Amino acid sequence: MGFYLVQFLGGLAQASSLFLVAAGLSIIFGVTRIVNFAHGSFYMLGAYLAYTLAERMGGAVGFWSAIALAAVATGVVGVVMELLVLRRLYRGPELFQLLATFGVVLIVQDVALLIWGPEDLLGPRAPGLEGVVRILGRPFPKYELLLIALGPIVLGLLWLLFHRTRWGTLVRAATQDREMTAALGINQTWLFTSVLFVGSLLAGLGGALQIPREAVNLHMDINIVVEAFVVVVVGGMGSVGGAFLAAVLIGLIQAFGILVFPQITLVVVFLFMAVVLVVRPHGLMGRQQATARGAGHVPEAPIHASGMMGRVAAVGLLVVLAALPALFGDYALAVLTEMMILALFAASLHFIMGPGGMVSFGHAAYFGLGAYGAGLLVKHLSGGMVAGLVSAPLFAGLGALLFGWFCVRLSGVYLAMLTLAFAQIVWSIAFQWYAVTGGDNGILGVWPDGWASPRWAFYYLSLVLCAGGVLMLRRVIFSPFGYALRAGRDSPLRADAVGIDVRHLQWLAFTVAGAFAGLAGGLYAYSKGSVFPTLMAIPRSVDGLVMVLLGGVQTLTGPLVGAAVFHALNTEMVRYTDHWRLTLGVAIVLLVVIFPQGIVGTLARLPFFRRKEA
Amino acid sequence: MTGSTSDAILTVEALNAYYGRAHILSDVALQAGRGEVVALIGRNGAGKSTTFKSIMGLVDDRRGRITFAGNDISRSAPHEIARLGLGYVPEDRRIFTDLTVMENLEVGRQRPREGAPEWTPERLFTLFPNLAEMRGRLGGGMSGGEQQMLTIARTLMGNPLAILLDEPSEGLAPRIVEMMAHAIIGLKAEGQTIILSEQNLHFAGLVSDRAHVIEKGRIRFGGTMRELAADEAVRRAYLTL
Repeated sequence: MGFYLVQFLGGLAQASSLFLVAAGLSIIFGVTRIVNFAHGSFYMLGAYLAYTLAERMGGAVGFWSAIALAAVATGVVGVVMELLVLRRLYRGPELFQLLATFGVVLIVQDVALLIWGPEDLLGPRAPGLEGVVRILGRPFPKYELLLIALGPIVLGLLWLLFHRTRWGTLVRAATQDREMTAALGINQTWLFTSVLFVGSLLAGLGGALQIPREAVNLHMDINIVVEAFVVVVVGGMGSVGGAFLAAVLIGLIQAFGILVFPQITLVVVFLFMAVVLVVRPHGLMGRQQATARGAGHVPEAPIHASGMMGRVAAVGLLVVLAALPALFGDYALAVLTEMMILALFAASLHFIMGPGGMVSFGHAAYFGLGAYGAGLLVKHLSGGMVAGLVSAPLFAGLGALLFGWFCVRLSGVYLAMLTLAFAQIVWSIAFQWYAVTGGDNGILGVWPDGWASPRWAFYYLSLVLCAGGVLMLRRVIFSPFGYALRAGRDSPLRADAVGIDVRHLQWLAFTVAGAFAGLAGGLYAYSKGSVFPTLMAIPRSVDGLVMVLLGGVQTLTGPLVGAAVFHALNTEMVRYTDHWRLTLGVAIVLLVVIFPQGIVGTLARLPFFRRKEA
Repeated sequence: MTGSTSDAILTVEALNAYYGRAHILSDVALQAGRGEVVALIGRNGAGKSTTFKSIMGLVDDRRGRITFAGNDISRSAPHEIARLGLGYVPEDRRIFTDLTVMENLEVGRQRPREGAPEWTPERLFTLFPNLAEMRGRLGGGMSGGEQQMLTIARTLMGNPLAILLDEPSEGLAPRIVEMMAHAIIGLKAEGQTIILSEQNLHFAGLVSDRAHVIEKGRIRFGGTMRELAADEAVRRAYLTL
């Protein structure tokens, strides 16, 4: 009995920490509609800052002041990000800010590495709360009791802040209708800045409070931000009370899940989220999201099939690509091969994001499924490459068919999070099912057949399949199916009214995109000779998003340019600098600020590239 | 032709507005004097709401000269314009449905302003007695008429020098329309400057001193209500359906 009670209390303590972070994320999203990837980085910063400050100041007063100061300082960092970056992007396409916050994630990672080094740092115990109490004979850390109390206290304080102050009233008003709030004389710029302060402060506080519990390390950011997203989505975006409820549920599921399903610990939380979203598409306490009025979002210009110039350029590019093996050595060809594979991956993600209007945070699942489709065939059936490249898109397509059925029932961030949940589920299966997938040892020896094994031969094979895949996706976009899909994106209601089955189309599009991502994944497996679970991990999905957004969502060439630029930046920076994350992060932030419509999107607006009006 | 007033509080000259490539307003000009009630009359889609939104800074692509209380507001942001004392009541009301009546009023609150009537929730409740009984009710749980009153009250909480009132009678039951007319006449008695848009000539006639007629984004007539009533040709060309 005592054992379960202690487990239960441990779950609640974890829930409090989760709640602090998730509440901040939820508040920021509610008002600014920004999906703040950097929120986990603020959590990590809070922990590092608290560690340093507590070491410097020492003593009981020093410890608690360190926690408070670290939280405030993190809030200030959030304000700096808002002032320097986000403020310039509010009028840009939605999700573009997401790309910028991802740049901030990379920057913070390297800055933390520079300042605090790669070692795990163990902070001091909380003065006065070092020991344990006995609960039904079982020891339980006193500090955890403090955390358990803190969750409801912060919830209460936030409620007072939002319901009993003018600031809170204005924030809630702006959450609902920014334009009207402005027309009543409220300067939203400062409202947003202050919201970023409060939200980041909560993240920093959550991080700072961890130092007596666990070592501060450089991986805290991604782990917590994913969990916080899960909490926010399960609770309902923008609902602080929902975030609390969800944090408690998830804390307890983590605490007891490990007892009940030790085999699939990693996936239990995501399964829970998937179930919640399927049953309640807007989270436990969320409501149908009103489109944020006056979000300043400009209707996209329709995309056009390329004219004569575009076709000549495309053929020219293909000719150049075909000529490259004569000029370059194996290393360059390997990089170029990867670039083309990523371009196909990005194009497949763009297919559902651009024309389909569905943002996926978990597209790597299908890339990975493709790779495993090929890899498993080699491992268990000793299949050849041709069979592998057929099974890759099939395997991924089937996965997309299954998951897509659930995903297309949602929209917006909820849809994105469900795709992430499925990606995590697939990833943990690959990671934990040793007998079949080899777990994190991966599958080795996935090599091309003899005729395709020279670098140049595999390069041509990839060129044919990737260029062919990209062209086919383009064809589909300009087919009646593509038009109907875009109609469904622009106005689901009107599309429904003229007899288009929007959900069905989206499902189909999701499957097609999955299959092409799978083809890319299969090629990738053969180009590397191996398959690992990281192929379908979150960073790979984020890479895909970055490539598509960097290029420009509402352009067709965008994802290709995005993939090329991203991969080139990535490879070159790893070669020339130790601080490639910092450099890449700064590059992404600058690109976003300079090209607020994506690279291709911005170029297309220049008079030189603009089509002449007929 | 406009019965121009010497102490105009709002002057709009050569206002053009665009949505993308569509040219919505062409050289719109209008004027309101202190304490006046001026109507902007036109059919559905004539450009009334766009005129108000452009004045308020809510249309990105707008050109022209707009002067309010001695300030050039042609390039100002909406919140700056509101803080100069120009109130805006949108036609679709845009109540904060998740906020209570009192909270809706709080969002609109600004400091008292010299030269403008000073409003408090209590004074507004005498103007709109219905609202007094539902202070704690969520905006989403109110009827259309109640929401219309709340949206006007919310704007008045900013103690505006003038308000832009977009189609106050639209979609309301006849009894509520009558209450609305009384409220506007009451506001006028307080010295509140009002520029209102209407399709309903009768309603406009009840409350307004002067009128501008707009059609296809151009001002076609300017004069007193009496002159408009006498001008059969204008009414037939631009107002009757």
